[in-house]
Amino acid sequence: MADAGGRILIADDNKVNRLLLARSVEMLGHGVALAENGRAAMERLAGGGFDLLLLDIEMPEMDGFAVLAAIDADPDLRGLPVIVTSSVEGLDNIVRCIELGAEDYLPKPVNRVLLQARLTSCLEKKRLRDEQKALLSRFATSEVARDLRDQGFAIGGRRLRASVLFCDIRGFTALSEDQPPEATIELLNAYYALMFDAIGGHGGIVSLMIGDGLMALFGAPQPLDNPARQAVDAAREMLEMIDGLNAERRAAEAPALRIGVGVATGEVVAGYAGTQDRACYTCIGATVNLAARLESHTKSVGCDILIDAGTRAGLTGAYDVAPLGAVEFKGFSAPTCVYSVH
Amino acid sequence: MSVIDKAAYAELRETMGEDFAAELLETFLAEAPGMLDDLRQAAAAGDTEGFRRAAHSIKSNASLFGATALADLARTIELGGAGAAAPDDLCAECARAAAALRSLLDG
Repeated sequence: MADAGGRILIADDNKVNRLLLARSVEMLGHGVALAENGRAAMERLAGGGFDLLLLDIEMPEMDGFAVLAAIDADPDLRGLPVIVTSSVEGLDNIVRCIELGAEDYLPKPVNRVLLQARLTSCLEKKRLRDEQKALLSRFATSEVARDLRDQGFAIGGRRLRASVLFCDIRGFTALSEDQPPEATIELLNAYYALMFDAIGGHGGIVSLMIGDGLMALFGAPQPLDNPARQAVDAAREMLEMIDGLNAERRAAEAPALRIGVGVATGEVVAGYAGTQDRACYTCIGATVNLAARLESHTKSVGCDILIDAGTRAGLTGAYDVAPLGAVEFKGFSAPTCVYSVH
Repeated sequence: MSVIDKAAYAELRETMGEDFAAELLETFLAEAPGMLDDLRQAAAAGDTEGFRRAAHSIKSNASLFGATALADLARTIELGGAGAAAPDDLCAECARAAAALRSLLDG
């Protein structure tokens, strides 16, 4: 058991109970920290790193009921298993603990065999939950993971105001034909690492990756004050990062990479699309199509970043923006004003 | 009714080891006067919540060490509030239990 031990916080105002519980838990191979009342327990929990809380109910300053409510109200702590260990009188109090989110109730003095069984089962559940959380963050961004945690999963969309960014590598097919596939994958990984960094650093999420192309969202699922500016800042940083990558590639006598970026801002329908079994967080709508057209148009006009009027409206101050006139894009009935950003 | 149920302490010694059980009992004997003070102060101040909590704490520890009579009296106070029994009754019972528990340590 020792190698599978968890880190357990014990909150109890009574010294004898605290010492006894601490020793019992240590004898089962777990690490222990102690808190003398509910408030002290919440402070310790805020520091993070605990797998389970053993909670007394009758405590001065902040009692166990208040601790359970505070844990439930905190998104970072909500998954923490809590076992109430108490000698409170009355079944209604025990019921209240369970209703407030406690995993279980163990009467004092705590039976060691029961304690071991409950600790093992709660820690195993916590481990599985942590594993799911880690998987979720690998296959979804932290914003989407938070959205799933807070709103739950439901197929369907919400109307939002957001900026959509498309980016791809110019002449990628030709580039990849000149080198072994392993080198192409390595190049793509380096490229994606840089792009994810620039996008995430400005509050965006990558919602699609297709070959060398990617689509990023700013302002969905979590709203941003000025998604247009965040998206353009990300686009500019992406270009700077590609410059840095190219300096390395030049030194290695590899051809330089060039990317094109299109940004459009407006209403989108954002949500989970797919089936109950397999779905992804994405956006659809005219704004998305326009961003894709703008990105594609960068090749025609030889500009790195093209934006629409909606994005232009979000930029004030130190942005070097030039109007390129109206362009007729496929799928759009009226000509669209296009701006380039340097 | 006997003052203490010796089986409780024997079991504690069995499961937690002799040294730790003794250390725990010493801790209780050292903490008990403070808990009784809390009880008296809460009673004097009309602090029913503090009074109930102090009684609860004494009950919890008393039952751990098998001080059955003390645990029962503390429980009556916890459930019945200040009117159920005077703090002095509990102090007297606590002194009896403490003496009996101390003999377990020496014996």
